[in-house]
Amino acid sequence: MQTKRTTFPSRGLPYLLLAPQLAVTAVFFLWPAGQALWSSFLREDAFGFRSSFVWFDNYQRLFRDSQYLDSVGITALFSISVAALSMSAALLLAVSVNSLLRSRNAYTTLIVWPYAVAPAIAGILWWFMFNPTVGILTYMLAGLGIDWNHRVSSTDAMILIVLAASWKQISYNFLFFLAGLQAIPHSLIEAAAIDGAGPFKRFWTIVFPLLSPTTFFLLVVNVVYAMFDTFGVIHSTTEGGPNHATNILVYKVYADGMLGLNLGSSAAQSAILMVIVIVLTVVQFRWIERRVQY
Amino acid sequence: MNLRTLLLAATALTLAGGVAEAKTQIQWWHAMGGELGKKLEEVAAGFNASQADYEIVPVFKGTYPETLTAAIAAFRAKEQPAIVQVFEVGTGTMMAAKGAVYPVYKLMADHGEVFEKSAYLPSVVGYYSDADGNILSMPFNSSTPILYYNKDVFKKAGLDPEVAPKTWAEVESFSKKILDSGAAKCGFTSGWITWVQLENFSAIHDKPFGTLANGFGGLGTEFTFNGELQARHWDNLKKWQDAGIFKYGGPVGGADAPPLFYSQECAIYMNSSASRAGVVNNAKDFQVGFAPLPYYDDAIASPMNSIIGGATLWTLTGRPEDEYKGAAKFFSYLSKPEVQADWHQATGYLPITNAAYELGKTQGYYEKNPGADISIKQMTRTEPSENSKGVRFGNLVQVRDAVDNEFQALLAGKKTAKEALDAAVVAGNQILRDFEAANQ
Repeated sequence: MQTKRTTFPSRGLPYLLLAPQLAVTAVFFLWPAGQALWSSFLREDAFGFRSSFVWFDNYQRLFRDSQYLDSVGITALFSISVAALSMSAALLLAVSVNSLLRSRNAYTTLIVWPYAVAPAIAGILWWFMFNPTVGILTYMLAGLGIDWNHRVSSTDAMILIVLAASWKQISYNFLFFLAGLQAIPHSLIEAAAIDGAGPFKRFWTIVFPLLSPTTFFLLVVNVVYAMFDTFGVIHSTTEGGPNHATNILVYKVYADGMLGLNLGSSAAQSAILMVIVIVLTVVQFRWIERRVQY
Repeated sequence: MNLRTLLLAATALTLAGGVAEAKTQIQWWHAMGGELGKKLEEVAAGFNASQADYEIVPVFKGTYPETLTAAIAAFRAKEQPAIVQVFEVGTGTMMAAKGAVYPVYKLMADHGEVFEKSAYLPSVVGYYSDADGNILSMPFNSSTPILYYNKDVFKKAGLDPEVAPKTWAEVESFSKKILDSGAAKCGFTSGWITWVQLENFSAIHDKPFGTLANGFGGLGTEFTFNGELQARHWDNLKKWQDAGIFKYGGPVGGADAPPLFYSQECAIYMNSSASRAGVVNNAKDFQVGFAPLPYYDDAIASPMNSIIGGATLWTLTGRPEDEYKGAAKFFSYLSKPEVQADWHQATGYLPITNAAYELGKTQGYYEKNPGADISIKQMTRTEPSENSKGVRFGNLVQVRDAVDNEFQALLAGKKTAKEALDAAVVAGNQILRDFEAANQ
């Protein structure tokens, strides 16, 4: 990789140019993150009158708390399901649309639409359709003999949030897969066709491997999305219930901190989430961007 | 319209704005949505029209827990409102927050207004007073759970529409009859599982909810709601759910419960007396009956009084003096019999002053609206015992959350009632200990 090097006339100028961005980072990231780290060592009452320094007590309690460990498992299940569902659906759609000639743009536009829907609205939409009392899909499922009730059944609740979270993400994945597909040289596919490879064989031996950079990139993005950006979806559908069955780590930070007013524990949980984000970012930059051959 | 008229209009608007600002605005954060919210805004407007110096500005902040946390977060950021409506569950939390609360008895005394304690229902005043009998927050909307039933469905099922189920055995047998006859698809549903089917359930059966007089005795209290009778009731609820007799309306307030009753899917509905406004507005196609909560007649011969829910108004410290003056005046306005009676009659909340109740009687309100006094009669039917005086626990919001979660585990068949209640007690006690540690 070629790097461009600019030579500045004075040593101060580059720092001056960097200053606004550094200031933004300091105010909107370093400062609040530092405060969160500090409060993760404290035990406070809700109104902030009394606080005592408790060292790692908040962390130790978390790892002794079976509910927290359950939440880790739930988050893993949720993220993997969302990534798998939204990526496979998006790939299927992208391959189908890519084979079209004239209607390609029309379909692309339509499929991208859900991405513009805010997570909370997407959540409400699915919540309405699956509402145990008034939902249209619940009514139809009841006709098929399936008793849907995400208020009680943890499986139903998990399916609901996976559907709602994936639905939105399909659009995003679709765009990347479509762009990836269009970048694959037609000559390769035609050569394989001439050699007698059928459509399935062509897909699995040529197209899919060539898409791998896109796939890896999307995998990381989707896992990050499912872990951190689905708050709105969960808040507007299951609120972490029933019996904590959909209480993913990010939602638990909110529930314990904002509803439970247990600020120390909530801060400790966000510190742990921060570590997870850092690890995922390192994975993306160091591992995926370097190893995957474009 | 040319530019000059526009400018004139703009100037006029600014002037009008300037005049309006001369009034002291007092923020009132509340949690009343829907029909109740509309009525609450009427109450504020009534006060604003009654005098010229102060303007109460009601701000809807979401559910009760959301309003409480919003106020606390605002307090930490020094952006708190002067008045905030806090539900009874948050009382323990507010009482412990000594520096944040401007106690109502002090507010009234400091500003030359009178709070007449004896004018209020003793059980309401007692609930919100400190150990010395000083009132800490302004009673506003107190409710107690009652039973609503669909008379038309009862008739269709061959039941007497004028006879409500008195005991749980009757709830079961009536529901079975309703299901078998096809008059409705479900027997009963309930809002506020934790409040109705556990806290009030314990109170009316004279069973302790926690040690130290249900928490009134101090922060060292522990939960004891995993008794035999509570477990028996929860086991029944699970059994009834499996049989289709009971339908779960969701955690916290049970958002799905009201539509189940309005759509005539469930024939019986247990919820706050303040659900009356919603029930009356939504029950267009059927007649509604009102009754006290059912009980187990083999566990208690005559049931105790039920306990209150609803909310009171707390004043928070750190606002300009002027606002407190206005708040004290507003509280005096709220205690007027006609304001109280109007609020009670429109919403179904209890008439919390004796004068308001008497006013309703002389107006003939209770004859015209049979069932509207079920709540107050149920609340005052016996002298409160230690177990039916109410509950006072710190962080009860989280405890209720734990109870809701265990109830869901029970319904999902993951735990028996005893296991679920035991787990809720363990989780609840942990929360109480944290609260005790943070407030010492």
